[in-house]
Amino acid sequence: MSDVIEINGLTKRYGSLTAVDHLDLTIKKGEVFGLLGPNGAGKSTTILMMLGLTDPDAGTVQVCGINATVNPIEVKRRVGYLPDDVGFYENYSGLENLLYTARLNRISGEEAEARADRLLERVGLSDHAGKKAGKYSRGMRQRLGLADVLIKNPEVIILDEPTLGIDPKGVREFLDLIVQLSKEEGITVLLSSHHLHQVQQVCDRVGLFVEGKLLAEGDVPTLSRKLFPEQAFEVELGVSGATFEQVRTVLAPLEGIASVTQAPQELFHVACHQDLTARIAHRLVSSGLELVHLTHREYGLDEIYNRYFEGKEAYGKLS
Amino acid sequence: MASLANKPLHPFWVIVNKEIRDYVSSWRFVILLVLILLTCFGSLYTSITNLGKSIKADDPDGAFFFLKLFTVSDGSLPPFHVFIGFLGPLLGIALGFDAINSEQHAGTLSRVMAQPIHRDYLINAKFVAALIVIGTLFFALGFMVMGLGLFIVGIPPTAGEFLRILFFLLLSVLYVAFWLNLSILFSIRFKQAATSALTAIAIWLFFTVFYQIIVNLIARAIIPDGASSPQQMMAYQNLVMNMLRIVPSQLYSDATTTLLMPSVRSLGPLTMEQVYSAIPSPLPLGQSLLLVWPQLTGLIAATVLCFAISYYLFMRKEIRSR
Repeated sequence: MSDVIEINGLTKRYGSLTAVDHLDLTIKKGEVFGLLGPNGAGKSTTILMMLGLTDPDAGTVQVCGINATVNPIEVKRRVGYLPDDVGFYENYSGLENLLYTARLNRISGEEAEARADRLLERVGLSDHAGKKAGKYSRGMRQRLGLADVLIKNPEVIILDEPTLGIDPKGVREFLDLIVQLSKEEGITVLLSSHHLHQVQQVCDRVGLFVEGKLLAEGDVPTLSRKLFPEQAFEVELGVSGATFEQVRTVLAPLEGIASVTQAPQELFHVACHQDLTARIAHRLVSSGLELVHLTHREYGLDEIYNRYFEGKEAYGKLS
Repeated sequence: MASLANKPLHPFWVIVNKEIRDYVSSWRFVILLVLILLTCFGSLYTSITNLGKSIKADDPDGAFFFLKLFTVSDGSLPPFHVFIGFLGPLLGIALGFDAINSEQHAGTLSRVMAQPIHRDYLINAKFVAALIVIGTLFFALGFMVMGLGLFIVGIPPTAGEFLRILFFLLLSVLYVAFWLNLSILFSIRFKQAATSALTAIAIWLFFTVFYQIIVNLIARAIIPDGASSPQQMMAYQNLVMNMLRIVPSQLYSDATTTLLMPSVRSLGPLTMEQVYSAIPSPLPLGQSLLLVWPQLTGLIAATVLCFAISYYLFMRKEIRSR
């Protein structure tokens, strides 16, 4: 039972639009998984189906070994869900909101209060526990949301765009908190986002989700290899006083070079099928060019994202 | 409640508790409560001051002295049951018009739905909570009027009168429940609370003001000429009555008049033959109830229909965050 979430052939259509298209995905216990994709890619719809809030048109979702479509109550007992832009009853204090959720989960009064206090402490809201939730700032609401999700002691937490609209410092604290929780309590975390850096920062594995399909999954290096198999490595060269033609001629005899492109400030990008860094350096130096800078570049999610969506503006319209 | 503190409450009643608390502490409920209390005291005052004049030797309702507290008026202020017929819908609409869409708007709906509860708990709990609030309010009001009447007039109600008043209060709760359900239905259908409130109020206004005008126009257009047979006249009268009875407020006022005025023996036209040699005595409670049974079932059916549609819509609704 190491697979906490198992999705098989999941499909959801809205009229002619297929929001989620034969999705297969497994998430292991204790993992922090990032679901990455542009707005309208079907991330939220997938999450709703995991919680049984929307019925799929085809395929199955198993969460903790329970079919989420058939038995959503059992799934919701084990899964905490933080929707994007979570809302609270504004006339109630933060603490009262937490206690209400606890009571809906059939947690007895004393236990609920103990847990609420501990969680408010944990997310740093102890000082504001008695304040009306309507007066909370966006970041505070999101942190209260995390406490709200954790009050039922979930096995899995699903966070839908949890960092939207929080300032950078708040985002870092929030993400650190999530990682900490995942490591300490062994909670599986599914985080959906379109913020690449944040996902890269905290997730063990990432799934790239576009137009309802999972294009690739894995850790960031694996992802870059999968998406750009012909340019798995890129080397950045700084050659002082050389023209693009010179560099290209010098490198031409090397086998396994896919392309050479010129970047600003006497920099050149060489894409190659395998790691040719040492041989490129050797050739340049031995042919008398002045090599001033040499970096091995790995694709960050930004590059993966930009490269993948280059010239594909159409995706933006789906949201 | 202290003994229950250790055993967690069923989530359904947790929601009911919260909803009742929200209703009772909301401004709109307080405002309506004050309004209803004022009108209640106003009509009680007029009925008590006019009680003496209303008693005539040949009045078949004379034996039901206590019921007159609810029905007598000198024309300056409408009696109690007319006021309830007028303000009840407003109360129902006020309690229901933003039941679901405000939660959706505040982003709390998806959070509550992510808890391990059945989806229908929320809508059922909201309905039950509002019904409890309305029921408590109406029974408190009714008993208060009875108590004050008892205190001022000094004549206790008979068992029959007491039962009639109980049925009248139940009927009032049922009538408000209809409007409550209608507005809950709109709160599911419309995303904006203002839209659902205005739609519900528009329907209420249409039924209380314009529908009668339209029915009158139609009635005038199809009126049979003087030479037509009694059967035709009867059919015409029945048609007009039935057109009016589509309206819940008509059902309510028919039913309340019958319950509170035992001398009312028919809600439709009576021929001279039927009236001839009938003793103008009041009906017993069972007969009065029998007379309003169609009205009662009609109201229940309308309420259940509204609830069924809301239930269906809510269960099919896809719950997204705001």
